[in-house]
Amino acid sequence: MEILRISGLSKNFYLHQAELEIKSCQNIDLTLQEGEFVGIIGLSGAGKSTILKCINRSYLPTRGDIIYNSEAFGKINLSLAGEREILHLRRNEIGYVSQFLNVMPRTTAKAHVMNALIDMRFDLETAEAAAEEMLRYFRLPEELWDIYPATFSGGERLRLNLAHAMVKKPRLLMLDEPTASLDNKTKILVRDMLKKLKEMNTSMIGIFHDIEFMDGVCDRVFNMSDLDG
Amino acid sequence: MCLNETPVLSVRQLCLRYGDGCSECQTSLEKNRCTVCGTVWAANDISLDVYPGEVLGIVGESGSGKTTLMRSLYFDFIPSSGTAVLSDYKSGRVNIWEASAAEQRLIRNTIMGMVYQNPLLGLRMNYSSASNIAEKIIAAGSRNASQIDERARELLQAVEMPVSRMSEPPRNFSGGMQQRVQISKALANNPALLLLDEVTTGLDLSVQARVLDLIRKIKARYGISILLVSHDLAVIRMLADRTIVMLDGKIVESGLTDQILEDPQHAYTQQLVHSLI
Repeated sequence: MEILRISGLSKNFYLHQAELEIKSCQNIDLTLQEGEFVGIIGLSGAGKSTILKCINRSYLPTRGDIIYNSEAFGKINLSLAGEREILHLRRNEIGYVSQFLNVMPRTTAKAHVMNALIDMRFDLETAEAAAEEMLRYFRLPEELWDIYPATFSGGERLRLNLAHAMVKKPRLLMLDEPTASLDNKTKILVRDMLKKLKEMNTSMIGIFHDIEFMDGVCDRVFNMSDLDG
Repeated sequence: MCLNETPVLSVRQLCLRYGDGCSECQTSLEKNRCTVCGTVWAANDISLDVYPGEVLGIVGESGSGKTTLMRSLYFDFIPSSGTAVLSDYKSGRVNIWEASAAEQRLIRNTIMGMVYQNPLLGLRMNYSSASNIAEKIIAAGSRNASQIDERARELLQAVEMPVSRMSEPPRNFSGGMQQRVQISKALANNPALLLLDEVTTGLDLSVQARVLDLIRKIKARYGISILLVSHDLAVIRMLADRTIVMLDGKIVESGLTDQILEDPQHAYTQQLVHSLI
């Protein structure tokens, strides 16, 4: 079953101060089957992240459709969907992981993961149990659970980001260069985690600058360097 | 299919002007002042919805109309025109600005809670913190002294205020503590909507973090809808689900908070985002 179909997606940015239009991804067609892992590759500036941000609606697409087959609403065009619907999907169905950490001040690693579930209206006890299970699964050392993550290393941050995204068990997970700046050992850990996510039938779309490393996890590669424009 | 939600608050075409206005006002505005008749439009055609359990952020520079909007909603200012309905007041069928003074007091005391940027507006500085909260509870109809005392204690604990200081007046407290007493007062009668006007402005970073953390907990614990005014984009990023951008009394852009910050459409919003340090 198809979970995502992107057709004719283009994104341009208009900068008022410079009166300048900057073109990012142009005329993108891409589909993702349920449980499939598609890796996006391409040169810097080709618009790889733009595609993910348009799916997440952090960017407003300029043209094109992003049809997501949601559990809550059936087929929904993420390019045009209402803000409340997008928030609902982000809370319950769609996850986004990057190498950057966005945590509330004075929030410990465990509380950060728990908050994802509290937002979904789970009670505290359930949220705590699930958060601990997820942190253990992603091998974040237990002594770090009650610490503010501002001082975490790149690998620890990534594991926390993955735990935060995965505790919600999203149907669709977007990964924006999650392995950038990680050492080989941690990258292998991430690859193993992604394999496990695949086993859980999570549909994934990810950007990796070293896609060969994802051999055996990635079902298909979408190469933006092959596209015109 | 879409979410079929009823907003907690719906505002339509709110205008608040200082001056009589003229037929050329809307085409002759320089910032928010009519160059023909001199009328100042502090709020100009503001429409918005706040949904259950969400934080709606409002950003904009000084004089953009943020506080005018908030204080109109709390009946401190009388709008020149426009409607506002609350789902908890007569099932959203009555414009709250047309309700009687007694009804408006009831709405202020039971359906809404307000935290002002300036604690002097929200607190009686010479009365004890407990009395400040009690006043609000009594206004909603409660008369049982021990229950009121118990509730005040519980509210101060919820905002991490030392209960041992509940008999002290807010004038003895630091700015951060005064804001927390204001928040507990605003929460006294379990409002459906909390209006927060620049609550972290002027507080040092660690106190600011405590207040932000508190607001997040309130949202999670009580499921209260929050209208959050701030000129600090970092505060908006952390707390608001959706954000409205105001300029010269008007809404110039609205959207998901991360979209407003990462892909701003309006020239002013771009300028605001690019000013971020």
